[in-house]
Amino acid sequence: MAERVRVRAMMPPGHVRAPVYLRGKEGVIERPLGAFHNPEQLAYGLSAEKKPLYRVRFRMAELWGETAENPNDTLDAEIYEHWLERL
Amino acid sequence: MASTIHPMSDTDGRRWHDMGGQDAGPVPMEGHDFALWEKRVDALMVLCGSKGLFTVDGLRRALEDMGEDAFEKHSYYERWIAAVNQNLIEAGIYTLEELGTRMEEIAARGPTYGEAQNG
Repeated sequence: MAERVRVRAMMPPGHVRAPVYLRGKEGVIERPLGAFHNPEQLAYGLSAEKKPLYRVRFRMAELWGETAENPNDTLDAEIYEHWLERL
Repeated sequence: MASTIHPMSDTDGRRWHDMGGQDAGPVPMEGHDFALWEKRVDALMVLCGSKGLFTVDGLRRALEDMGEDAFEKHSYYERWIAAVNQNLIEAGIYTLEELGTRMEEIAARGPTYGEAQNG
Protein backbone atom coordinates (compact mmCIF):
# COMPACT_ATOMS: atom_id res chain seq x y z
CA MET A 1 0.00 0.00 0.00
CA ALA A 2 1.59 3.22 -1.13
CA GLU A 3 2.06 5.91 1.49
CA ARG A 4 -0.35 8.82 1.07
CA VAL A 5 0.88 12.37 1.43
CA ARG A 6 -0.40 15.91 0.97
CA VAL A 7 1.78 18.75 -0.29
CA ARG A 8 1.81 21.51 2.29
CA ALA A 9 -0.29 24.51 1.26
CA MET A 10 1.93 27.15 2.87
CA MET A 11 2.87 30.16 0.74
CA PRO A 12 6.18 31.59 1.97
CA PRO A 13 7.55 34.29 -0.36
CA GLY A 14 10.92 33.38 -1.83
CA HIS A 15 12.64 30.58 -3.73
CA VAL A 16 10.84 27.32 -2.97
CA ARG A 17 10.70 23.94 -4.72
CA ALA A 18 7.04 23.06 -4.55
CA PRO A 19 4.98 24.40 -7.46
CA VAL A 20 1.77 26.18 -6.50
CA TYR A 21 -0.43 23.86 -8.56
CA LEU A 22 0.58 20.93 -6.33
CA ARG A 23 0.18 22.65 -2.96
CA GLY A 24 -2.63 21.19 -0.88
CA LYS A 25 -2.95 18.23 -3.28
CA GLU A 26 -2.84 14.58 -2.22
CA GLY A 27 -0.73 11.88 -3.81
CA VAL A 28 1.27 8.76 -3.03
CA ILE A 29 4.99 8.24 -2.55
CA GLU A 30 6.16 6.56 -5.75
CA ARG A 31 9.74 6.13 -4.50
CA PRO A 32 12.34 7.83 -2.30
CA LEU A 33 15.13 9.47 -4.31
CA GLY A 34 17.74 10.04 -1.60
CA ALA A 35 18.74 13.19 0.27
CA PHE A 36 20.06 16.38 -1.30
CA HIS A 37 21.30 19.71 0.01
CA ASN A 38 18.24 21.91 0.46
CA PRO A 39 18.02 24.11 -2.66
CA GLU A 40 15.87 26.61 -0.75
CA GLN A 41 18.97 27.36 1.39
CA LEU A 42 21.54 27.03 -1.41
CA ALA A 43 19.56 29.61 -3.39
CA TYR A 44 20.56 32.26 -0.84
CA GLY A 45 24.21 31.22 -0.61
CA LEU A 46 23.66 29.51 2.75
CA SER A 47 24.99 26.18 3.95
CA ALA A 48 22.27 23.62 3.40
CA GLU A 49 21.52 20.40 5.22
CA LYS A 50 20.48 17.36 3.22
CA LYS A 51 16.73 16.83 2.92
CA PRO A 52 15.01 13.64 1.72
CA LEU A 53 13.48 13.96 -1.75
CA TYR A 54 10.55 11.85 -2.95
CA ARG A 55 8.87 11.17 -6.23
CA VAL A 56 5.18 11.75 -5.54
CA ARG A 57 2.43 10.55 -7.87
CA PHE A 58 -0.80 12.51 -8.30
CA ARG A 59 -3.98 11.66 -10.21
CA MET A 60 -4.88 14.26 -12.82
CA ALA A 61 -8.38 14.41 -11.29
CA GLU A 62 -6.79 15.44 -7.98
CA LEU A 63 -4.93 18.29 -9.68
CA TRP A 64 -7.50 19.54 -12.18
CA GLY A 65 -10.81 18.08 -11.02
CA GLU A 66 -12.89 15.20 -12.40
CA THR A 67 -13.29 17.14 -15.65
CA ALA A 68 -9.59 16.63 -16.38
CA GLU A 69 -9.08 15.38 -19.93
CA ASN A 70 -7.75 12.03 -18.66
CA PRO A 71 -8.67 11.95 -14.94
CA ASN A 72 -6.94 8.61 -14.28
CA ASP A 73 -3.64 9.63 -15.84
CA THR A 74 -0.98 10.42 -13.29
CA LEU A 75 1.68 13.08 -12.86
CA ASP A 76 4.95 12.51 -10.97
CA ALA A 77 6.74 15.35 -9.24
CA GLU A 78 9.86 15.42 -7.08
CA ILE A 79 9.05 17.03 -3.73
CA TYR A 80 11.21 17.49 -0.63
CA GLU A 81 10.06 15.90 2.62
CA HIS A 82 9.62 19.25 4.36
CA TRP A 83 6.86 20.05 1.85
CA LEU A 84 4.95 16.81 2.57
CA GLU A 85 2.41 15.86 5.24
CA ARG A 86 1.78 12.16 5.89
CA LEU A 87 -1.89 11.21 5.69
CA MET B 1 -6.04 46.99 -9.46
CA ALA B 2 -2.77 48.16 -10.96
CA SER B 3 -0.10 45.49 -10.88
CA THR B 4 2.94 46.39 -8.83
CA ILE B 5 6.19 44.45 -8.83
CA HIS B 6 7.00 43.19 -5.34
CA PRO B 7 9.40 40.36 -6.15
CA MET B 8 9.84 39.21 -2.55
CA SER B 9 6.32 39.76 -1.27
CA ASP B 10 3.81 38.58 -3.84
CA THR B 11 0.55 39.06 -2.02
CA ASP B 12 -1.23 35.97 -3.38
CA GLY B 13 1.77 33.73 -2.67
CA ARG B 14 2.11 32.58 -6.27
CA ARG B 15 5.23 34.06 -7.77
CA TRP B 16 5.15 35.10 -11.41
CA HIS B 17 7.37 32.28 -12.69
CA ASP B 18 5.30 29.55 -10.99
CA MET B 19 2.81 29.21 -13.86
CA GLY B 20 2.04 25.49 -13.88
CA GLY B 21 -1.64 24.87 -14.64
CA GLN B 22 -2.34 28.41 -15.78
CA ASP B 23 -3.60 29.24 -19.24
CA ALA B 24 -0.79 29.90 -21.68
CA GLY B 25 -0.47 30.86 -25.30
CA PRO B 26 1.25 28.85 -28.00
CA VAL B 27 4.89 27.88 -27.51
CA PRO B 28 7.10 29.67 -30.06
CA MET B 29 9.08 26.90 -31.72
CA GLU B 30 11.45 28.91 -33.88
CA GLY B 31 15.03 28.47 -32.77
CA HIS B 32 17.84 30.97 -33.01
CA ASP B 33 21.60 30.94 -32.94
CA PHE B 34 23.42 32.31 -29.94
CA ALA B 35 25.66 35.37 -30.03
CA LEU B 36 29.23 35.07 -28.76
CA TRP B 37 28.41 37.06 -25.62
CA GLU B 38 25.51 34.73 -24.85
CA LYS B 39 27.78 31.70 -25.09
CA ARG B 40 30.20 33.47 -22.76
CA VAL B 41 27.47 34.11 -20.18
CA ASP B 42 26.57 30.42 -20.28
CA ALA B 43 30.24 29.45 -19.87
CA LEU B 44 30.59 31.92 -16.99
CA MET B 45 27.74 30.22 -15.14
CA VAL B 46 29.42 26.83 -15.62
CA LEU B 47 32.70 28.25 -14.30
CA CYS B 48 31.05 29.86 -11.27
CA GLY B 49 29.35 26.58 -10.40
CA SER B 50 32.50 24.49 -10.82
CA LYS B 51 34.45 26.92 -8.62
CA GLY B 52 31.78 26.69 -5.93
CA LEU B 53 31.04 30.44 -5.98
CA PHE B 54 27.28 29.84 -6.08
CA THR B 55 24.83 27.25 -7.35
CA VAL B 56 22.16 27.10 -10.04
CA ASP B 57 19.67 27.49 -7.19
CA GLY B 58 21.08 30.97 -6.58
CA LEU B 59 20.79 31.73 -10.30
CA ARG B 60 17.14 30.68 -10.26
CA ARG B 61 16.40 32.65 -7.10
CA ALA B 62 17.86 35.84 -8.58
CA LEU B 63 15.93 35.32 -11.85
CA GLU B 64 12.68 34.80 -9.96
CA ASP B 65 13.30 37.86 -7.77
CA MET B 66 13.57 40.06 -10.89
CA GLY B 67 9.84 39.70 -11.41
CA GLU B 68 7.74 39.42 -14.55
CA ASP B 69 8.74 42.89 -15.71
CA ALA B 70 12.32 41.74 -16.35
CA PHE B 71 11.02 38.72 -18.25
CA GLU B 72 9.17 41.07 -20.63
CA LYS B 73 11.97 43.62 -21.04
CA HIS B 74 15.19 41.61 -21.14
CA SER B 75 16.44 38.64 -23.11
CA TYR B 76 17.26 35.25 -21.60
CA TYR B 77 21.02 35.81 -21.27
CA GLU B 78 20.60 39.44 -20.24
CA ARG B 79 18.66 38.10 -17.27
CA TRP B 80 21.31 35.42 -16.70
CA ILE B 81 24.25 37.84 -16.55
CA ALA B 82 22.33 40.07 -14.13
CA ALA B 83 21.59 37.02 -11.95
CA VAL B 84 25.23 35.84 -12.12
CA ASN B 85 26.40 39.32 -11.10
CA GLN B 86 23.88 39.47 -8.24
CA ASN B 87 25.16 36.16 -6.85
CA LEU B 88 28.85 37.09 -7.24
CA ILE B 89 28.29 40.39 -5.42
CA GLU B 90 26.41 38.61 -2.62
CA ALA B 91 29.18 35.99 -2.36
CA GLY B 92 31.77 38.75 -1.99
CA ILE B 93 33.74 37.68 -5.07
CA TYR B 94 34.19 41.33 -6.12
CA THR B 95 32.82 44.67 -5.04
CA LEU B 96 30.61 46.93 -7.13
CA GLU B 97 33.46 49.45 -7.14
CA GLU B 98 35.81 46.83 -8.62
CA LEU B 99 33.19 45.85 -11.19
CA GLY B 100 32.51 49.46 -12.19
CA THR B 101 36.20 50.25 -12.53
CA ARG B 102 36.80 47.16 -14.67
CA MET B 103 33.81 47.96 -16.91
CA GLU B 104 35.20 51.46 -17.49
CA GLU B 105 38.63 50.09 -18.34
CA ILE B 106 37.25 47.65 -20.90
CA ALA B 107 34.79 50.14 -22.40
CA ALA B 108 37.70 52.55 -22.93
CA ARG B 109 39.43 50.02 -25.20
CA GLY B 110 36.74 50.36 -27.87
CA PRO B 111 33.35 48.96 -28.85
CA THR B 112 34.36 45.79 -30.72
CA TYR B 113 35.18 42.34 -29.36
CA GLY B 114 38.68 42.62 -30.81
CA GLU B 115 39.35 45.90 -29.07
CA ALA B 116 37.80 44.75 -25.81
CA GLN B 117 40.07 41.70 -25.68
CA ASN B 118 43.19 43.75 -26.40
CA GLY B 119 43.91 44.64 -22.80
